[in-house]
Amino acid sequence: MNTHSPEVTFHHEPQEGQVKKIIKTTILLSVITIIELILGFVIYYMNKGEAPSTTLILFIKGVIVILSLLKAFYIVGVFMHLGDEIRNFALTIVVPLLLFVWFIAAFLWDGDSWKNLRNTVGGSKPYPQQTVAPKDAKKPGVE
Amino acid sequence: MATGATADIKWWGGGRSPFNVEYGKVMMWYFLMSDAFTFGAFLISYGTIRFSQNYWPDPNHVFNAFPFAGHANLPLAFVSLMTFILIISSVTMVLAVHAGHHNDKKGVIKWMIWTIIGGFAFLGCQAWEWTHLILGDHEVLINGTIEKIGTTVTRNPWGAEVLHNGTMVATPGPVAFGGYFFGITGFHGFHVFSGVVINIIMLLMAINGTFERRGHYNMIEKAGLYWHFVDLVWVFVFLCFYLV
Repeated sequence: MNTHSPEVTFHHEPQEGQVKKIIKTTILLSVITIIELILGFVIYYMNKGEAPSTTLILFIKGVIVILSLLKAFYIVGVFMHLGDEIRNFALTIVVPLLLFVWFIAAFLWDGDSWKNLRNTVGGSKPYPQQTVAPKDAKKPGVE
Repeated sequence: MATGATADIKWWGGGRSPFNVEYGKVMMWYFLMSDAFTFGAFLISYGTIRFSQNYWPDPNHVFNAFPFAGHANLPLAFVSLMTFILIISSVTMVLAVHAGHHNDKKGVIKWMIWTIIGGFAFLGCQAWEWTHLILGDHEVLINGTIEKIGTTVTRNPWGAEVLHNGTMVATPGPVAFGGYFFGITGFHGFHVFSGVVINIIMLLMAINGTFERRGHYNMIEKAGLYWHFVDLVWVFVFLCFYLV
């Protein structure tokens, strides 16, 4: 028994079926990872092929991102037992992380805008888009 | 407020811990939340730079090697191995925590040993991958001549390909690629390393019977939280560097 702190009265377990839950979650995480890998290979072969559809690739990448978030949910909820804690406590962890929503949107937006500025003729750094160039052309990517 | 004889416990009425979590565990959670922001900031910064470039190396092209496989083109293979090693070690950690809940000393020791082995296996994989990238020699067109360079924080052989003397040759890619890759996987690897050290200390304490005398295995739980966080971060490192 946990008798070290009289104020803490709540303890998850020991309950039956916990090991079963762990095994189930393990299988789930493995399956999600395998699906992610399959999608990764789909992108790989699409990029290798002629004229890959950028919209479709972007869509597959979006699916992979969602699957990763699902994995994060199961790791935090089951392996780290956050799902078994009192809801208010879980919220003090999860709610601040919502800052990431705007954080990600704002910075990726900024990065994209930076690229667009770079590619304008009068932009901060004219930057020719090229994959095949003559041998004495300006080399891309040299910062 | 509630007048009926419900089973509602007044968590905030005083006399008890409103979150019903032990102090050390609360603080571990808040530390992990702040650490999540650190990793998040790194990954978002990487995303910003990547979005600002016209050309970014294709991860399937960069990470396509496997130990003892020579020059075989095996995209995603090695990193999948690393991912599964980390997932499995996360599972053995949950089982150690579970054994701790049952005050099962033998179980805790057994599962902690497996977790530590998993941690070392992951670190070994990462060491191999870094070595392979840094020491790799790839033909790159630099100032009109072909040089053989590896991937470091200042050099990137994975740029766009151009036609040079009738053959396609890579040009130097954005240097930020190596900087972010080594910076973020290094920071994650450092977390794995410190996690392994913490786990070893927990294992020694368990063997010594420290937790048995204390009457609970809460320390295993806290070490477990840290270890799962390392696995959690890897989900996103794997996503940002290898998959998309």
